[in-house]
Amino acid sequence: MGGLEKKKYERGSATNYITRNKARKKLQLSLADFRRLCILKGVYPHEPKHKKKVNKGSTAARTFYLLKDIKFLLHEPIINKFRDYKVFVRKLRKAYGKSEWNTVERLKDNKPSYKLDHIVKERYPTFIDALRDLDDVLSMCFLFATFPRTGKCHVQTIQLCRRLTVEFLNYVIASRCLRKVFLSIKGIYYQAEVMGQLITWITPYAFAHDHPTDVDYRVMATFTEFYTTLLGFVNFRLYQSLNLHYPPKIEGQAEVELKPKEGEAYALNSESYMEKLSALSASLARVVAPNLEDEVEIDEFPVDGESAEHEEARRKEQESLEKQKKLFEGLRFFLNREVPREPLAFIIRCFGGEVSWDKSVCIGATYDVTDPTITHQIVDRPNLEKQVISRYYLQPQWVFDSVNAKMCLPVADYFPGVLLPPHLSPFVTEKDGDYIPPEKLKLLALQRGENPESAFSGNTASLPFTEEEEEEEEEEEGGEEDDDGSEEEDDSEKEEEEKLKRMEEQKTQGKKLPVKVTVGTVRLEDKQRRVQEEQNEEKRLAIMMMKKKEKYLYQKIMFGKKRKVREANKLAEKRKAHDATLKLEKKKTKKARRE
Amino acid sequence: MSSPELGFGGRLLSPLSLRLQLGSRPGSGWSENDIRNTVGNIPMEWYQDFPHVGYDLEGKRIYKPIRSLDELDKFLDKMENPDYWRTVRDKMTGADVKLTDEQVELVQRLQRGQFGDVRFNPYEPAVDFFSHEVMIHPVTNRPADKRSFIPSLIEKEKVSKMVHAIKMGWIQPRKPKEDVPSFYDLWAQEDPNSVLGRHKMHVPAPKLRLPGHEESYNPPPEYLLSEEERLAWEQQEPAERKLNFVPQRFGCLRAVPAYTRFIHERFERCLDLYLCPRQRKMRVNVDPEDLIPKLPKPRDLQPFPTSQALVYRGHGSLVRCLSVSPSGQWLVSGSDDGTVRFWEVCTARCMKTLPVGGAVKSVAWNPNPAVCLVAVCAEQAVLLVNPCLGDKLLYGATDQLLDAYVPPEEERLQPVQWVAATAEEHARGIRLVVQHGKAVKQVTWHGKGDYFASVLPDNGHMQVLIHQASKRWSQSPFRKSKGQVQCVLFHPTRPFFLVATQRFVRVYNLLKQELTKKLTANCKWVSSLAIHPRGDNVICGSYDSKLTWFDMDLSTKPYKVLRHHRKALRAVAFHKHYPLFASGSDDGTVIVCHGMVYNDLLQNPLLVPVKVLKGHALTQDLGVLDVAFHPTQPWLFSAGADATVRLYT
Repeated sequence: MGGLEKKKYERGSATNYITRNKARKKLQLSLADFRRLCILKGVYPHEPKHKKKVNKGSTAARTFYLLKDIKFLLHEPIINKFRDYKVFVRKLRKAYGKSEWNTVERLKDNKPSYKLDHIVKERYPTFIDALRDLDDVLSMCFLFATFPRTGKCHVQTIQLCRRLTVEFLNYVIASRCLRKVFLSIKGIYYQAEVMGQLITWITPYAFAHDHPTDVDYRVMATFTEFYTTLLGFVNFRLYQSLNLHYPPKIEGQAEVELKPKEGEAYALNSESYMEKLSALSASLARVVAPNLEDEVEIDEFPVDGESAEHEEARRKEQESLEKQKKLFEGLRFFLNREVPREPLAFIIRCFGGEVSWDKSVCIGATYDVTDPTITHQIVDRPNLEKQVISRYYLQPQWVFDSVNAKMCLPVADYFPGVLLPPHLSPFVTEKDGDYIPPEKLKLLALQRGENPESAFSGNTASLPFTEEEEEEEEEEEGGEEDDDGSEEEDDSEKEEEEKLKRMEEQKTQGKKLPVKVTVGTVRLEDKQRRVQEEQNEEKRLAIMMMKKKEKYLYQKIMFGKKRKVREANKLAEKRKAHDATLKLEKKKTKKARRE
Repeated sequence: MSSPELGFGGRLLSPLSLRLQLGSRPGSGWSENDIRNTVGNIPMEWYQDFPHVGYDLEGKRIYKPIRSLDELDKFLDKMENPDYWRTVRDKMTGADVKLTDEQVELVQRLQRGQFGDVRFNPYEPAVDFFSHEVMIHPVTNRPADKRSFIPSLIEKEKVSKMVHAIKMGWIQPRKPKEDVPSFYDLWAQEDPNSVLGRHKMHVPAPKLRLPGHEESYNPPPEYLLSEEERLAWEQQEPAERKLNFVPQRFGCLRAVPAYTRFIHERFERCLDLYLCPRQRKMRVNVDPEDLIPKLPKPRDLQPFPTSQALVYRGHGSLVRCLSVSPSGQWLVSGSDDGTVRFWEVCTARCMKTLPVGGAVKSVAWNPNPAVCLVAVCAEQAVLLVNPCLGDKLLYGATDQLLDAYVPPEEERLQPVQWVAATAEEHARGIRLVVQHGKAVKQVTWHGKGDYFASVLPDNGHMQVLIHQASKRWSQSPFRKSKGQVQCVLFHPTRPFFLVATQRFVRVYNLLKQELTKKLTANCKWVSSLAIHPRGDNVICGSYDSKLTWFDMDLSTKPYKVLRHHRKALRAVAFHKHYPLFASGSDDGTVIVCHGMVYNDLLQNPLLVPVKVLKGHALTQDLGVLDVAFHPTQPWLFSAGADATVRLYT
């Protein structure tokens, strides 16, 4: 056969990838600039399917970028800005060295800057794409907004982050799209549903940061640079979708404008507006007055059979959602000064409640502690001296648990100084076979509308339920683990064998023994068990015939399943032990009291 | 302002200039006889070795004063002379000069950093000639230049250049700086198809995992780590931990502290986003039940041996081999205790015990039903034994057949010696002894029952020998050894001879005397071999616990490799009539499989394991050593290392 010699690594996957260093050389950028470009453009390394082929036969660890990605970066106008900036820094250094202050001034005025609008549009061609990626954006912006105004990064960035996050929170309040909240030991998780996309973000607890030394803040700042641009555009679009002003205006603006003059001592005029916005207590002004009649009613479509059920379920869900949105409607909350104001105000406002706090805590308080119409006061101290009868004093967890349960939970468990019920994660959806904590079962029963008091009276009553669960699990286990069955079978076989052996021994060696006939017992055959055993054996034999690859996969899956069951069992056991000790202690204290 | 002799101002004086000043002062103690040195400003060391130090005005030498002061004199002088501290040696003349009070005071002032002159005031009010105030009189009396009245040409040129630049739009007013980025509706015209810069290979970053119950600030008690779990958590590598935090419980929200690793975690997420190589991985979402192949139910494939029926006890050591008579009535087994035992199959009764004086490696019953003869491998010999069991006519006929041998006229050279049994041996049943000279490992009969082959593993190129019992004649079929022979087998229907070496099974055509096929066993070490009674399929057991099924019409590669056993396979066997085959292994089990071979050549054999038979106890890590099927019934015999033979029906 003629033709050119085919060289290795000049076709196929080897040509689709490029190493990082080569990419950097091709772009003529320093490593820092290359990194920044990758972050801004969202270019990431790819793991080739056949690493050895791509790596030209070597197995050394190397990061690969797609050549297409790098070629795409080649045309990025920001690269030129990077180079301009390099030149700018050089000129500036020179001017400083020569003490030419005019030049320094002039250069600083002409500092090259770039905009990221086109990159945002490029990375997220549609708005939904942008929403889908909003998790990291929000978490990062919320983190940066809590940074001190000195040190780690530019004050403008921090201020911008704060502004954008506050705007986003205001949007969530206005659209009432918050769905779940969770108090974790890391921070507070929120989940909102914006235009059908679930967005989850975490905010740290309001404490000063202990800035770690092994974190590269430049990388984080670059991410934040892009994220702030993205979040700004997203906010704009979201506000537009609700016919709200952007930048946001507080409803009854005129009144607000008057206020700062009275309380001059508070802050600068420019700042006080932002502060007021971030107090989250006032609603936003709309471009067009909202028309309640406008609410879109979903038309009833004639449907048949299966889809009717579907439709029914969907409608039910819709109803429950509507109900959840109005969870705190008509309730008036007052936040004591020791509870975290911002998250609670945000959550309560998201579900239609009214909220206020002490005037000295923050700007934007709408009513006082003494207001008689307050229905709930959120308190986080062991006891209170003065209590008003007309309101509930509750711990903040009540708000969180109620939101997750989509209903106002009974308040008795959440009084100040009371041992709180566990706070469960709303993000966990248990499938069958998973361990479900008894509290969750209780909650599910509550949601179904069963009376919790009759079904379970406290902790002890929930025990039978768990036991049933465990039994079920054990049964399942028995079904899944063939080894158990086989072992049993082995045992029975062994028994039989032993019996035979004994008989044989008697036959062969103990010939002198008087032969005796004993009345045999009728062996009852458990038919079900026999069928089960037969099936198990069939399965085992079939597993023997599996192909190597499939067998490996099968064993892996079974291993995973078994581990899951084991973990669930372990949790259940731990719970059982815990409950038992609790019971014992209770008994002891009772006895002690009696004596 | 200052006296002429102190014109040096505040400068620190070198000793020489001080001396000059001092020296030039009129009215000094030694000015009467003026001995001014005229050498000038030179290093006085030059005169070190001379008696003089220079020349006076008249050109006469100035001699150094005679000094004979030793250290003691110097010390006495220091102690006694009150003016010692103000006495200075003049280098120019070599004379001692005593400083006056004025001179001492001058030196002290200079040492303090003050002006030499006492009267000098460094802080006199300055007269401001060029002040910011506009004076009525000019500073100078010079008339103004002409050029100060006429406009500057250079400036005009500069201005006109700027004007031109402004006109041309080269100079533009500075743009007002905007601190706050302005946002607008970026997605006003969104086009979902414009995946600019995105390609098929784009892998969106996976979202972070949502927190579970254990991350709660007040989790249910079962999620908290116990003491051991916490210790285990601490000892794990941070990358290996399932949770990257320790679950904790706080009584109330106000007790919850800041999470110290919050910034770290965000940073790690950033790193993951831009540094971590991404790959699309297909998660297998299959029901494990679907993976199990759908096989016909064993119940539908009956008959096959299902349970242990009889145990044949009597051997004193491991039973290496067994063989069943073609009628199916008798069973012969050979053991390491040096005996061969004959059993009745149905009653498990030991009919006969034949000591052969050495471990029995292999026994083989003659497959010809008209002959009652058993070949036994005992050490270095193959014994042909007539067990004298069953029909008297039959075994009598066998003896006659053996006695009918007429030795040929000329003695032929043979690799072995055929020896007729002695009378004592004859009484025990031994008819012929084939002395090999080397240990014999295996013996196997041809289907017709006249020829048999023996394997001698350490016999050079003559590892395999083929014997003809009726003519008492042996030959070595191979000129060259092709590796260590494990076992050999005659083809049941065609003149083929199968030889298994460690890795290959070679099929020779005995008529044409050539190699027909070479089967690759795909295993490390073949242990046993069996051939389907039709002759087209071969199974091959190996010490690496594999059983390979060859379809010789299909390929020389295995049709199927079965890894049923956990340990090395010792023996494999086919049933003569039923579609069954069995394998015995060191793990003590015998696995019976249904192996259906169809007449239709296009249909592949169906292999289904139908039963795992257990019963043999493990001794010395050995389980089942040999298996054999009953010639007519679906029964299976197995010989084990626990000195028993078992029958499964």
